[in-house]
Amino acid sequence: MKQSYFARRLVMFFVVVILAATLNFIIPRLAPGDPIGAVLEELRARGASTGGDAEDEIVAAYRARFGLDQPVHVQYFRFLFNTLRFDLGHSISYYPQKVEAALLRSLPWTVGLLAISTVMSFAAGSFFGAMMAWPRAPGFMQRFVPMFMVLSAVPYYLLGLILVYIFAFVMRLLPLGGAYSSGTIPQLDLDFLLDVIRHGILPALSIVLTSVGFWALGMRGVMVTVLGEDYLTLAEAKGLPDRRIFFGYAMRNALLPQVTSLAIALGTVASGSVLVEVVFNYPGIGWLLYNALRSSDYYMVQGVTFFLILTVAVSVLIVDMIYPLLDPRIER
Amino acid sequence: MTETFIRRGKALLSYILRTPKLLLGLVMLGSLLLLGLAGPLFVDVEKARPISVPTRKPPSAEYPLGTDGGGRDVLAVLVVGTPQTLRMGLLAGIVGVVLGTSLGMIAGYFGGRIDMAISTATDTMLTIPPLAILLVVAASVRSMSVENMALIIALLSWMFPARTIRAQVLSLREQPYVHMARLAGLGDIRIIFEEIMPNILPLAAASFVGATSGAVLAGIGLEVLGLGPQRTPTLGMTIYWAQLYSALINGLWWWWLPPILVLIVLFVGLFLVSAAMDEFVNPRLRRTG
Repeated sequence: MKQSYFARRLVMFFVVVILAATLNFIIPRLAPGDPIGAVLEELRARGASTGGDAEDEIVAAYRARFGLDQPVHVQYFRFLFNTLRFDLGHSISYYPQKVEAALLRSLPWTVGLLAISTVMSFAAGSFFGAMMAWPRAPGFMQRFVPMFMVLSAVPYYLLGLILVYIFAFVMRLLPLGGAYSSGTIPQLDLDFLLDVIRHGILPALSIVLTSVGFWALGMRGVMVTVLGEDYLTLAEAKGLPDRRIFFGYAMRNALLPQVTSLAIALGTVASGSVLVEVVFNYPGIGWLLYNALRSSDYYMVQGVTFFLILTVAVSVLIVDMIYPLLDPRIER
Repeated sequence: MTETFIRRGKALLSYILRTPKLLLGLVMLGSLLLLGLAGPLFVDVEKARPISVPTRKPPSAEYPLGTDGGGRDVLAVLVVGTPQTLRMGLLAGIVGVVLGTSLGMIAGYFGGRIDMAISTATDTMLTIPPLAILLVVAASVRSMSVENMALIIALLSWMFPARTIRAQVLSLREQPYVHMARLAGLGDIRIIFEEIMPNILPLAAASFVGATSGAVLAGIGLEVLGLGPQRTPTLGMTIYWAQLYSALINGLWWWWLPPILVLIVLFVGLFLVSAAMDEFVNPRLRRTG
């Protein structure tokens, strides 16, 4: 029984990864033209290309270099093999650079900003949500948390724009964007760290404000169920202090499904980063993808999207593997 | 027949009035609809075209919300763009829910290998972040239109409805009245349409609101990245242009703030309606909050 559960999950993981790679291969090829043609078109539009034999030769050389002269199935298997080895090819715009190198350079920024703000909103949201379901919670909680729930309907990048305008443009309290002041050299000292934190406040705030409600909503739902359990009645009958029942009995059990969602949310951190990084000019994965899209850097776009899908698939796999340990009923 | 209709209508109306969330949400969505429907009567929509008015003018009597850097009247852009956004969301929501409901019903009702295939496909697709696929598709499609965008998004919004509906059909299938119908010799098609369908309609309606809201979210995300329709002025593309031409640091707040406010009204409205629908379908939630 156990083996089949794990095997099924593992197969599913590989299906997702191969499917993602395949989609990445097929979709761009459905569009007319190829990447080299697109670059050429752009050069022609700028008047930088004159056509003629020399150009044809250059095009042929480039097509051979990117493997576009091979039959489609050869291209496909080569692509699949390379992708699975995490060889994502070269960027077209910054030619000799490898896509995976660019990814690795941007990753720390995205992980730092998004992971910290996700964990912060998880902690705050779970606590607020638990308080909402708790009958003896202070009255203001009941009125104040629904505001966050409404706020959770607003996309974070829209709120981010408004926050930037107020705090960075009008009040000039915080920087407009970027991850550190231009002119400073990234290094590990206190000044640089403080600079990074100052730059991170607004993007983090817009994420936290819009996602606290999501966590509160989930927590409230589970908490309502947990509060109806017999062991809670027993704890109350024993005369345990309120605080202990709330944290040790109710919240502790209600947190279990929340932790699963947290693991998945941390996995989607990279894909959720795209828009917030664009709004704040934050040099992470999302910013990389945005620039690649704007310069039609196909290999970069493919590489980044594959990476986004991979991170989600890996985190879902990890959750699936851990979950039976937390809840043995799952392994069916 | 008409009498039951009127009675049901009255019951529905009183339910809406008794549920502040639903009422507020519907009012918010209704006002946006009104902006799109009645707006053209008061505002010259021709001014939503590029270079039809002077650029970067602050709000004035002539241009109530000012003009943007491309020579468009911002108010006219809102009047033209809001219904486009609604249309895109509704179209994607309808296609997504019809697709999801059908797949969920087939999987839940017939079970076995069909269920296995559909469920695996659903779970697999749920793992893939939709924005990632949308970005690759949108970047490959040269000319994007509102309808194209709606269809692409719809192809990625059937999974949640499919999963919810499947779970519901699984339990409905074992209800005594369905067993009775089967014993009475009704065919699968008739059982699905006459016995099961009426019981999943509320759930389908609730997931329709969710799917529409998700579709608008995805669509606006694409537009803000500059991958939306180029010909028609939309709310998201307006934000994109404002970003691209640094409207924010030039203090041109009337360029980007109005579309953001309209979008916030839209998202909050959809959220309230969807939350009210969830409570209607799942009464256990009604007790708190």
